[in-house]
Amino acid sequence: MAIAKVCGIETEYGIHVLHGDPNPIAASSVLVNAYAHELVRHKVGWDFEDEAPGNDARGFAREGAMPPQVETHLVNTVLTNGARFYVDHAHPEFSTPECRDPLECVRYDRAGEEILIRSMEAADRSAPDGSSIVVYKNNSDGKGNSYGCHENYLMDRTVPFSRVVAGITPHFVTRQLFAGAGKVGAETALHEGTRVDFQLSQRAEFFEEEVGLETTLKRPIVNTRDEPHADPRRYRRLHVIVGDANLAEVATFLKVGTTALVLATIEDGVPAARSLALADPVRAIHEVAVDRTFTRPLAMADGSTATALAIQWELFAAARKYADDQGLECLGPAEVGEEVLRRWESVLHGLETDPLSLARQLDWVAKLQLLEAYRDRHGCPWDDPRLAAVDLQYHDLRPARSLFRRLDTERLVDQAAVARAVTEPPRDTRAWFRGQCLTRWPSAVATANWDSLVFDLGSDPLRRVPMMDPLKGTAEHVEALLDACASPSDLLDRLSE
Amino acid sequence: MAEREQQKKRTTSERTDAVVDEVPASSAAGDKLKAELDDLLDEIDEVLEDNAEEFVRNYVQKGGE
Repeated sequence: MAIAKVCGIETEYGIHVLHGDPNPIAASSVLVNAYAHELVRHKVGWDFEDEAPGNDARGFAREGAMPPQVETHLVNTVLTNGARFYVDHAHPEFSTPECRDPLECVRYDRAGEEILIRSMEAADRSAPDGSSIVVYKNNSDGKGNSYGCHENYLMDRTVPFSRVVAGITPHFVTRQLFAGAGKVGAETALHEGTRVDFQLSQRAEFFEEEVGLETTLKRPIVNTRDEPHADPRRYRRLHVIVGDANLAEVATFLKVGTTALVLATIEDGVPAARSLALADPVRAIHEVAVDRTFTRPLAMADGSTATALAIQWELFAAARKYADDQGLECLGPAEVGEEVLRRWESVLHGLETDPLSLARQLDWVAKLQLLEAYRDRHGCPWDDPRLAAVDLQYHDLRPARSLFRRLDTERLVDQAAVARAVTEPPRDTRAWFRGQCLTRWPSAVATANWDSLVFDLGSDPLRRVPMMDPLKGTAEHVEALLDACASPSDLLDRLSE
Repeated sequence: MAEREQQKKRTTSERTDAVVDEVPASSAAGDKLKAELDDLLDEIDEVLEDNAEEFVRNYVQKGGE
């Protein structure tokens, strides 16, 4: 039985300063600090004790590989909803807390957007006259610079990593059919000399390797960072860097839900009916991105060909069979897993029959429909800068400017639930313990990270509380305990009993 | 779908009534969609950054991750 697919999303937001210091690192710091100072009672920093992004899941590091550096000097905060909000390189980044199911992940991803909006407003209130920070939820600047939206999934350590790579690669190459955020034009050397009007994915053209440790250069389709943030003997955290940041909730839900489900089939050894190994996954991911007809045959390793849609139908069929045979417990509540399957099937059917019918569900379709309508009204060719402006402004998070907000896309989570997720942690992962301790005793928590909390009670040495299991520390496990504790020292005494 | 793509290319190079071509005129849902898109386009003309070329040129990010 596949283990619970605890999941989360880390989003690096694009940042732009109007009429002020254009330094993105400074602006990102201002943004995070504005939120922390104005809207959080007590700022708690991040603990880097267990960070080791250079560890490779294959058990080795390739010579010349450049693992990411941990930047400890930049602004870092942990929020009462269990999330991390910080400055990564030259971007503000929001990592959702650990979520037990894909719908919960959508809710916290949306809470992240809300937090960025509140941060922009808070930053502007304290900014010099006329200066303003603007944040975009996208993945590239259209000039060859990309920044990521990463997903994380909890996996069973006993599953050989090579099996994960083989099983998930066809999905990562083709899921952009519904998970792509859409993009006008092309921006890498890959497409030099060819005309590309529109791509399904913002990120696809930036991928150059099948498997690897890097995230900023020679990006791999499957990232091998082996940093479980949990008991390493039992768990693996699959760190996924191949996705686009989505605004459409259905797209986020499907991106996370289908990936969790395909990973469950891999964990439990349920293969697709035919081999889905691609001859050249890197080439294929580029081909899929520029094919809006979904009819381009992709070369398979066995010498045959298959379209991206055909590969998706095979993955769906295997997942459907898996659900029928083994159930969907690993995806959380039964209705959530069923909803993933129902929507997956419906979207594949829509892509096959009438892609524009999915404009309320998928980012790339919503954006394309908007662009086509704009082209028709203004008579502009694809390289007209106004189309690039529409593309960019689709992702603008400012409510008054966001084009996405003006579209009537389908919502899966109501606004009140999103508002609660801005301050309250998910109840069914260890994020609950983290968030509740920060809510109840903010001045006693010295630092926090994914798998521990460090308490400072004044007189005693600092006390670290490990949280090595993402499924422990839930409301069910510790709510009564926390309620019974009058103080943090009371909690630590009880925990050490 | 391939046919639809071709039609799009042709209508957009000729300009004019492309939206009408793409949305079946007889379909009530299609009419509603077109009306909604028209309203939306009016709104976009209002909120789209004034100088599109400069706006797009100035949006430069450092790579991340």
